[in-house]
Amino acid sequence: MTATALSKSDSLTAGQLPRWSTPATVVGSIALAVLVTLLLGPFNVGLAAVLAFVIYQVVTYCSSGLVEGPRRATDRLMTGFIIGAFLLALVPLIWVAATTLANGLGRFDLAFFNNSMRNVDGVGGGAVHAIYGTLMITGVATLISVPVGLLTAIYLSEYGRGHLARGITFFVDVMTGIPSIVAGLFAYALMTLLLGPGTVSGFSGSLALSVLMIPVVVRSTEELLRIVPNELREASYALGVPKWRTILRIVLPTAVSGIVAGVILAIARIIGETAPLMVAAGFTQSINMSFFSGPMMTLPTFVYDQYAYRGLPPEAFVDRAWTGALILILIVMALNLIGRLVAKRFAPKSGR
Amino acid sequence: MSTATHTRQAPEDDLALVPAKPRIGDKVFTGLSTGAGIAIFVILAAVALFLIAQAFPALTSTPEMLQSRGYGPFWSWVAPFAFGTVYSAFWALVFAVPVAIGIALFISHYAPRRLASGLGYVIDLLAAVPSVVYGLWGANTFAAALQPLHAWLATYLGWFPLFTPPASGTGRSMLTTSLVLAVMILPIITSLCREVFLQTPKLHEEAALALGATRWEMICMAVFPFARAGIVSAVMLGLGRALGETMAVAMVLSGAGVIKFDIIGQQNPNTIAATIALNFPDASGLRINQLIAGGLILFVITLAVNMLARWIVRRRAAFSGAN
Repeated sequence: MTATALSKSDSLTAGQLPRWSTPATVVGSIALAVLVTLLLGPFNVGLAAVLAFVIYQVVTYCSSGLVEGPRRATDRLMTGFIIGAFLLALVPLIWVAATTLANGLGRFDLAFFNNSMRNVDGVGGGAVHAIYGTLMITGVATLISVPVGLLTAIYLSEYGRGHLARGITFFVDVMTGIPSIVAGLFAYALMTLLLGPGTVSGFSGSLALSVLMIPVVVRSTEELLRIVPNELREASYALGVPKWRTILRIVLPTAVSGIVAGVILAIARIIGETAPLMVAAGFTQSINMSFFSGPMMTLPTFVYDQYAYRGLPPEAFVDRAWTGALILILIVMALNLIGRLVAKRFAPKSGR
Repeated sequence: MSTATHTRQAPEDDLALVPAKPRIGDKVFTGLSTGAGIAIFVILAAVALFLIAQAFPALTSTPEMLQSRGYGPFWSWVAPFAFGTVYSAFWALVFAVPVAIGIALFISHYAPRRLASGLGYVIDLLAAVPSVVYGLWGANTFAAALQPLHAWLATYLGWFPLFTPPASGTGRSMLTTSLVLAVMILPIITSLCREVFLQTPKLHEEAALALGATRWEMICMAVFPFARAGIVSAVMLGLGRALGETMAVAMVLSGAGVIKFDIIGQQNPNTIAATIALNFPDASGLRINQLIAGGLILFVITLAVNMLARWIVRRRAAFSGAN
């Protein structure tokens, strides 16, 4: 129509920003932002990053708006926001990991794994009582949750029809949403009614964690049992195998890798829970060999205890808290990794 | 062996449907799995029942009694904390939702295909960090790093009701707390939104692109209308998490029993969960009952939010207008 329209249709790339424009704008806006930040005062990474992002967005929107028109400009603007959102999410992840590593390595020594806090006033001491407690409480919680969760999932996928199944599905979802501290209060209230007020024990902590773990196990297992092909079940029935044997010998083995992975991920989910254990398992400074009586320390409550009730010198307590946090993160990461590997490595080969 | 089978399948029997022989194994297994399913009801009922039983003394005591032996009259004690719970969760959502939707879109529609699932794992790692570690990081590192921002907001935007000076000197304010909460609920909102975005019918997307839509216009026209209910339910589930989060708030926020809308100040409304966690180790007698009654209120709030979320999901499944 007009002269501009003609000139734009000269070649395929007319009316578009050149390919180098995006990297050039990125580099330019970062440089400009760093310069401005330096001029304003002491250098601040966060301020520079925010400034660079704003400059990039404004420059891109204006240049694209002039060359490509407002629709393309909006598209580029939103692309910037979306990539920015992803980069923004990486900030806390890297920051938390780096801080924990930097502060936690100081006490990541043999003494930490050899000593409890019994008779330790200031420096020294360790978390062996907490590690022992974490293993015991999480282990028993797993022993309670896995059978209940597994059988519930089998009921939902193999037997459940009608109102009862729908009700159970709904209440499993509701259970997923129970705040962790409420689960702790439940275990505490239960123990108070059974054994008198003020009763805390490792077992009580396990009960609290089970309330949080069961719905996770049910959810992941049920999903896996549902994707076991029906042909396998029918082939088994056709051979005259009873239903319970079909489930035990055909359905479960097909899904076992996913179930194991789901259980490991569920453990990873509850092993870092703090609030319910503070309420239900209490605090102590030494190893408690009795699972059913007396308070039992765990790693998360150890971290909180060291941080919140600092003695002298306070640095020793904060250092122990960070090392506890580091061990906790390492355990959770390892469990996550193992869970994903198990799921991937031992997944049943699908025929197609 | 074959003769026995043949005699049993006599000609007069083969038209009638012979019911399978009742097997003891089947009965046991059916009973076990049904029992486990019913155990879910029992556990949930037990949670509600025991909480009510232990909260009862606090709920029925006279205000004078609670004044002398508890934390004060129940409803006026719990109101600021209930407000703080909802208020901090609200700000966490304000910060987390746009970012979570952006990340979900990045993974589902922007990132190179081969990288997408790996990047999804990276975001899931945020969920793997225990809340006590977020609390430690938030209280020791993040709050201090944000303190200059608090001072800046109070100096230059102090006229705005949310940023009334004086600013918190430690940075352990409602703003910092809700940012930490936002980081903690980001992975769940992201992963649910990502699932919904990936389910958008390919034909709708291709149709939009074929009509000349840019990528963003395609997302507005094809992805968002399809995913709206999914996004709402993801946000509600994130809200449920934020309402119940304990340790991060207990460690980061320097809270008190006040109702204040200011988000950068020195005095902030505490949350129910954090109040319980902070006071429980030293509580005894009626005070424990009062804390458990507070937990009951929290339970009711999160239950309502979660049920609403599930109801929205169910409605979407019923009226999915996609096809």
